[in-house]
Order: sequence, then C-alpha cells, then structure tokens
Amino acid sequence: MQLGEVVGSVVCTRKVPVWEGQRLRLVQPLDQEGRASGRPVVALDVVSSAEGQRVFFVKGREAAQAIADANNPADAAIVVLVDRIERADSVTGA
Amino acid sequence: MRIARVVGNVIATIKHPALVGSKLLLVDEENPAGGTRGRPLLALDTVDAGEGDRVLVVDEGNSAAQVLQRPRGPVRTLIVGVIDEVDPEPRA
Repeated sequence: MQLGEVVGSVVCTRKVPVWEGQRLRLVQPLDQEGRASGRPVVALDVVSSAEGQRVFFVKGREAAQAIADANNPADAAIVVLVDRIERADSVTGA
Repeated sequence: MRIARVVGNVIATIKHPALVGSKLLLVDEENPAGGTRGRPLLALDTVDAGEGDRVLVVDEGNSAAQVLQRPRGPVRTLIVGVIDEVDPEPRA
C-alpha cells in the first residue's frame, strides 16, 4: 500500500451502479520526504478522508475488495488515514 | 518477494476493517547499489519485525490473503520474514 495525499474529490453523477454512494478522491502519491511522486490517481474512499490528509491507498485488483461488492472496477482505494508516522530520525504528522 | 528495510511505524486510528488489529510498518525496498528506493510502502507485519530490520516483503493480494488466512481484502503488502543474511549480497 502506498503513501499519498488527498488533493481533491471526483464527483460522478453517472457511474457504474456498483459505485452508488461511494466517494472518489484524487490522491497524489508521495515519496518518503513527502514530495509528490508520479501522477495522481482516482481512488475509492472508504475511510472518509478529506483534502490535505495523508493516507495509504492500495492499488491493483485488491482495491476492489475495499467495498462489500468486490465485483467492481476500482483499481485504487484509500484504506488508511495516517495519524502519524514514527521514524528513528523523526516523527511526521498527518 | 522483495528485500526491504523497515523505516517507520504507522499510527492510524481510522482504517479499513481488514487492517484493524495488525501492526502497520513503513517499509522501503532496497536498491541493489545500496540505500533504499525512497518510495515507502505500508506493510502489515506478520513476523514481529521492527524498525531498522531488513525484511522480506510480498506485494500481491493472493499471497497476502493466504498468509493472513482470511478471504481476499484490500490488502497486498505484508512483511513475511526478517532477513538474517543474503548470500551473495546483491550489491553493485
């Protein structure tokens, strides 16, 4: 699962029926210094994230497993809201 | 499987139910030339690893479900071993 920051929301009134009621967020992947790394992805949000929050998201086929009906086309899903990350050299807040 | 270092401890109150009850560690894959990639991953610890440990990491959902002995969930990255040594070392 990768580190990212929620940078926005994606709203789709018309979408595949299995995503009815689900939120979609735009997530910018981050490197270990917290810098943007790679292109933003659209992810299912099952933990009620908000813009600016640090999260971990899962990519690939496992993402679809984040909601009850795993037979859905998600390829990224936010599964963790980061409170903080403790490292030997520093403690990083969300 | 990949060779990685445990670089941090992740504290998260709100998470998917599939992750509740697991120790969450931040791991970073090693470069053959030394150091780490700088693209950390969140991994569930199944072997009581700790910060600084050199570990074996799987990053695939089917393997993860098998190790955790539960149905597939939104989990793909697990620490499955603490490495004592690699012989020969994959160093450049």
